[in-house]
Amino acid sequence: MAEHTHERAHVAGTANDAHHDHHEVGWFKKYFWSTDHKVIAFQYMFTGMFLALIGAFMAYVFRMQLAFPGQPVPGFGVVSPGQYNMLITNHGSIMIFWVAMPVLLAGFGNYLIPLMVGADDMVFPRLNRLSYQIFFLSAIVLLTSLFVQNGGFGGAWTAYPPLSANKLYNLTPYGASMWLIAVALEFVAFLLGGINFIVTSMNSRAPGMKAFDVPIVVWTIVIASILFMASVGPLIAGAIMLLFDQTLGTSFFNPNRGGDPVLWQHLFWFFGHPEVYVVLLPAMGIVAEVMTVFARKKLFAYKTVIYTIIATGVLSFFVWAHHQFVAGIDPRMANVFTVTTVLISIPIAEMCFVYIATLYGGSIRFSVPMLWALAFMAEFLIGGVTGIYLGASGLDIYFHDTYFVVAHFHYTFFPIAVIGVMAGVTFWFPKMFGRYMNEFWGKVHFWGTVIPFNGIFIPLFILGAAGEHRRIFDYKNFPQFNHPWQNDLRIFATVSLLVMLLFQIPFLVNFVWSMFRGPKAPKNPWKSNTLEWTADSPPPHGNWAEMPECHRGPYEYSVPGREQDFWPQNEKA
Amino acid sequence: MINDLIVRASTFSGDIDRLFLLITVIVGVWFVAAEAMFFWLIFRFRAKDGVPAQYVTGKEPHLKQWINIPHTLILICDIIIIIAAVRVWVRIKQTLPPADRTIRVVAQQWAWTFADPGPDNRIDTPDDVRTTDELHVEVGKTYHFLLESKDVVHSFFVPVFRLKQDADPGRTYTGWFKPTKTGTYDILCAEICGIGHGVMGAKLVVDSPQAYRQWQQAHAAEAPAAVNGETPTDGASAAVSTLVPRGQ
Repeated sequence: MAEHTHERAHVAGTANDAHHDHHEVGWFKKYFWSTDHKVIAFQYMFTGMFLALIGAFMAYVFRMQLAFPGQPVPGFGVVSPGQYNMLITNHGSIMIFWVAMPVLLAGFGNYLIPLMVGADDMVFPRLNRLSYQIFFLSAIVLLTSLFVQNGGFGGAWTAYPPLSANKLYNLTPYGASMWLIAVALEFVAFLLGGINFIVTSMNSRAPGMKAFDVPIVVWTIVIASILFMASVGPLIAGAIMLLFDQTLGTSFFNPNRGGDPVLWQHLFWFFGHPEVYVVLLPAMGIVAEVMTVFARKKLFAYKTVIYTIIATGVLSFFVWAHHQFVAGIDPRMANVFTVTTVLISIPIAEMCFVYIATLYGGSIRFSVPMLWALAFMAEFLIGGVTGIYLGASGLDIYFHDTYFVVAHFHYTFFPIAVIGVMAGVTFWFPKMFGRYMNEFWGKVHFWGTVIPFNGIFIPLFILGAAGEHRRIFDYKNFPQFNHPWQNDLRIFATVSLLVMLLFQIPFLVNFVWSMFRGPKAPKNPWKSNTLEWTADSPPPHGNWAEMPECHRGPYEYSVPGREQDFWPQNEKA
Repeated sequence: MINDLIVRASTFSGDIDRLFLLITVIVGVWFVAAEAMFFWLIFRFRAKDGVPAQYVTGKEPHLKQWINIPHTLILICDIIIIIAAVRVWVRIKQTLPPADRTIRVVAQQWAWTFADPGPDNRIDTPDDVRTTDELHVEVGKTYHFLLESKDVVHSFFVPVFRLKQDADPGRTYTGWFKPTKTGTYDILCAEICGIGHGVMGAKLVVDSPQAYRQWQQAHAAEAPAAVNGETPTDGASAAVSTLVPRGQ
């Protein structure tokens, strides 16, 4: 393996020829043991995409059970209550920890940060390699846990003790512990990745690139990493305590011996709520990049966006107990958390307004990445405003743990983890693989995903408003929730899901086919400003033969008096 | 709006429904305005031949006000929502009107056990009426409930009352409700509690005074003689939960 000389000279502004050390290596070392940030990014992305298929399959099985209770599900069979709990638990865990995090944070973070700040690799490439290996191990542990005796863990992704702590309650003696070990390993992986993102973007920027010349997506990934690293400590400690409760008979969360189950809820949500912004912010960053390029516009108020990102990040540490309004916390505390939770709408709304205002005066092209970015805004607004209902403590007494909550967070997570990711994948695909994706099938995939998505979750808002609560495998035991109109809405949601899953096939085919057979793409197919577009497509190991310099901010589009409507960051004035 | 989907049967269910309506109106206006603006801009500034994009930095005062004014208005709306939400919360969760009757609600995997105070109207006395998966209450009376769990975290959810409270092992939570409408409704466990979570329901019967008295008399006769001394006494306040250690 070519060793990187990472006393990068960029900081000092002198010429650097460390990249000349990069030479061809064997297949195994290149793809399996590589320290190249791009290879690691692809490993994270492909692992995430593979696990997304598993998570989607789980959603298919339990939605089929909800629509047609008791009937055998094609490809799975009859769903037992225990299996139903296992499916919903692991669907949630996989989609958040093994799909949204690896793809958005680790995938795009690894791929984009060095390329966008003009570095030849991460500052700690071998730490980066270790990060993916630990992540891979965590995914193996999680997937294995589904097949051990008594099956995978079924106590919901929040894993509240005593249910999660005692095998007599959860009936999954191995699944519960393996789930916890997998989650803890996954956190270790992202701690290693996060330190790399932060240090690289601070120390390895191209000569001339000031803090406010850094593209928004790098800012969002770095702030998301800081949020993650600052919030995950309590949860790792809690996870180890819970693991000890499970296996060694300690009583951190056991009320019979002086422990407190509500303590776990605080530790979990102290991490769990910033986590929402850990995945939201990178998606918002991707959308900023795509929207400016396809509107040919400077980002409206760049600094305001950065301040709102920071404000959101800081506030996100003070809202966690809105998940616990009715959990038995001191009711006076709910008032404090209602204030902080409702107020977080201000930076988020401001960010959305800035994005919308960016369209003003633009010349908007509806290429596939732009369609995804626009859909992100339109759909995420629904997720945002429905959060207000749940942050309002009085209303949460009724809405807590109903399908209203399910619909709300899917209206945030789906735009983040699917729509935002698709905007990024279709946008950077020509850079990643040096080829174009098919535009027509891209649009088919776009409409076939976004329309059924609303078909899945709008019915769930209605069901939730009618009081239907979560994690029930069959509503026939509850006469008030077994009316024909409710069952019809459930079937409608399930059919929408089936349609949406069907429309992922054109994407997968388009993705794989274009990777090898798509028309060749030039260096800068979208006429973008940021530095990654000055590298070859795909960029070689070390990224540039001659390292770029930075002369201006990332969003100088349509500057008056220039012939071209873009002005790359590396172009001399 | 919510009462079109599910009936109201407690004094505070109307408060919750009105809070829902208030928030829907406020966020609805913002949502429609934002989406309308968004789609109008997309349409108005679609790429046209020979029309270049404008160079706008966002610092221009006449443009920046499009961010700053909504920003201030949202703050005002937030304050309205916070005040309304806290008022409802305080009424339901932080105040405890004097009780006409106190019942005990015990959750366990996967059943609900209820104790009605019986003819003497005192809980934890020999004439308590104990029932499983069926709760009878009298319309128009203020009830206190003492909520406990024997094993894992459960949640006492009565949709028609718009009432929800988690039950934690080792603690007793006190809450209240006042039924306003007779009928038979569902009680659910709203916190995942193991493989039986999906069947952990109970029947709530809100009786007229006569029907309630008949039910109580019919069942008081067959009530068990003694109450398990292990159960905590009725000393919890509304605001602060009490932590009661339990035997192994």
